[in-house]
Amino acid sequence: MPFLVLGIVTIAFLITTVTKGDPLTAIVAEQQMSNPEVVAAAKARWGLDRPLPERYMIYLGNLLSGDLGTSFITKRNVGTDILYRLPATLELVFAAMIFGTTLGIVLGVLAAYFRNSLIDHGARLFALFGSSLPVFWSGLGLLFIFSVMLNWLPGPGRVDARLALPPGITGFLTIDSLLAGNLTVFKDALWHLLLPAFVLGWTVSGTISRLVRANMLDVMSREFVLTARAKGASEFRVVIVHALRNTMVPTLTVIGYSFAYLITGAVLTETIFSWPGMGSYAVEAARALDFPAIIGVTIVGGLAFLVTNLITDILYVVANPRVRLS
Amino acid sequence: MSAQISSAPPGAVDKTGEREPLLSIRGLRVGFRRAGNQFEAVRGIDLNVAKGEVVGIVGESGSGKSVGMLAALGLTSKNAVVTGSVRFNGDELVGKPAREMRKIRGARIAMIFQDPLSSLNPVMTVGAQIAEAVRLHQRVTRKQAMARAVELLHLVAIPQPERRVNQYPHEFSGGMRQRAVIAMAVANDPDLLIADEPTTALDVTVQAQILSVLRSLQERLGLGLVLITHDLGVVAGHADRVAVVYSGRVVEQASVSELFADPRHPYTRGLIASIPNLEESRERLFSIDGSPPALGRLPGGCAFHPRCIHAEARCGIEDPPLHDIGGRFSACHFATTLPPFHSATLAAASLDKGSVAP
Repeated sequence: MPFLVLGIVTIAFLITTVTKGDPLTAIVAEQQMSNPEVVAAAKARWGLDRPLPERYMIYLGNLLSGDLGTSFITKRNVGTDILYRLPATLELVFAAMIFGTTLGIVLGVLAAYFRNSLIDHGARLFALFGSSLPVFWSGLGLLFIFSVMLNWLPGPGRVDARLALPPGITGFLTIDSLLAGNLTVFKDALWHLLLPAFVLGWTVSGTISRLVRANMLDVMSREFVLTARAKGASEFRVVIVHALRNTMVPTLTVIGYSFAYLITGAVLTETIFSWPGMGSYAVEAARALDFPAIIGVTIVGGLAFLVTNLITDILYVVANPRVRLS
Repeated sequence: MSAQISSAPPGAVDKTGEREPLLSIRGLRVGFRRAGNQFEAVRGIDLNVAKGEVVGIVGESGSGKSVGMLAALGLTSKNAVVTGSVRFNGDELVGKPAREMRKIRGARIAMIFQDPLSSLNPVMTVGAQIAEAVRLHQRVTRKQAMARAVELLHLVAIPQPERRVNQYPHEFSGGMRQRAVIAMAVANDPDLLIADEPTTALDVTVQAQILSVLRSLQERLGLGLVLITHDLGVVAGHADRVAVVYSGRVVEQASVSELFADPRHPYTRGLIASIPNLEESRERLFSIDGSPPALGRLPGGCAFHPRCIHAEARCGIEDPPLHDIGGRFSACHFATTLPPFHSATLAAASLDKGSVAP
């Protein structure tokens, strides 16, 4: 695990050095670029005049004390920036995963149980659209329908800008507003969350529902399902308690992977819905060649993968007793 | 449902004055529809099981013996068409609503299956699965159900049941798993236990143990037991009565002693002749010529006639019904006129004809 983290940091750091862009353009104003004194001063201030290995060692040293460096653009600490952005993304991703896994599992189970029926075909179509429609298309389309045409849901953004926000405790607007007892903000934040979370969850639900369907078909043909029926268990009990639990191991893998992927992969959705999260931060940083921010985002994304993998592994043990022995 | 049961309690005397058997199957047929084709896996099973009786059902794989019993319990897949009559304690089961069937399955009639490796849920403890069977039919607390599970594991002679009850199936050996499955089946003191090839997947030494567990339970609890098997040895050692099934229907039914001493159907004769005999030195084992017909491609007339050494022209045209031939039954035109049976003679005769594939 520590080696993996070091690997991620190193690669993230090295990637920035192989890009063709000159980070100085992000720091020094365009008119000043011809002024060698200003350029030299900027280089010295940001340490860009030092050789690469030295910069790497300095970065590592700072990282050990929790310092991700200072953003070229915002001039704030990258760690502070990310801590401000990350909860917004996490809130969106959690909500998306709730949509995605619920839809995926329910549709997968129904599709398997009513195999080759209208439900099965419908679920297949839903999954196909979910995983193949680009989010900028489905997101804009749904925004147009539900926000512009029907006016049922609010437009982009995380919350109505006119509302006074509750103190940030968790950074999750829905939870913070509930903690503060502010139902107006809670409702508004929830409504804002609905559409982007659905769009993002839809992409995930496709994969999950197909996987659950395939595994359910396999499990439902095993003898213990027959045994459960012979005991007099209801069909619901047979399907949910006996069969579905046996499909949880492969499903958990995909859920964990999707979660980690969404933390950095929600870029398009965040852009379309003006969501102030990690994705939009990453885009801004990349556009401006803001190296410290790019490295920071990459490291956080990598860590997200590691942490979700670890959690998935722990959940395996809960889901599959055969792992516990070995 | 309770009213129906109380109107016909076990051992009730029906109008004809005869004792109604525990289970009475008449003309059971099971058809499957698949991709527009329809074929019958079971073409007529007739069977009686009395209280406390052990009935063997013998037949080759694919003969329809398992499907028939699954259909009797309403456990066949959704595309199956089941017709005929299955009466249990006088109560008709064919066409009974699923909700009511669930109250009978596992409570009054239990069924266990061939493969103990896959007939337990791998992600639930053995105890939880037995307790589930208890709680599906009895109003008891979780704790009481677990206590009952321990008791049941003890009943099927699993050592250290208090510890074993919290283990998962993969921590059990094959034989122990089958014992656990049996414990689960008798959890609600059923009247009838259907065991579908209960020993086929097990080692020979373990087979004997499982059969003795089944027999001792059957005697102690007064169970009716239906033993589905392809092993005539199992039937000879444990059953009171035997039904022989060939391509979806019962072709002979008799008591064990009658069946083995004087089989009245050529197929039964072939089966018995093909049992290896230690006392005789034969170069080759006897086998019945040909192979069972594929489902949906049955020959006309008697389904066995292309393989039968006694077949005559009539057999290719007319499918014989199951005749009563003096308290026992045979579905052969010549049931009463077949020559006396000596398995060795039959085998020798057939070998002389050179009909056995080398």
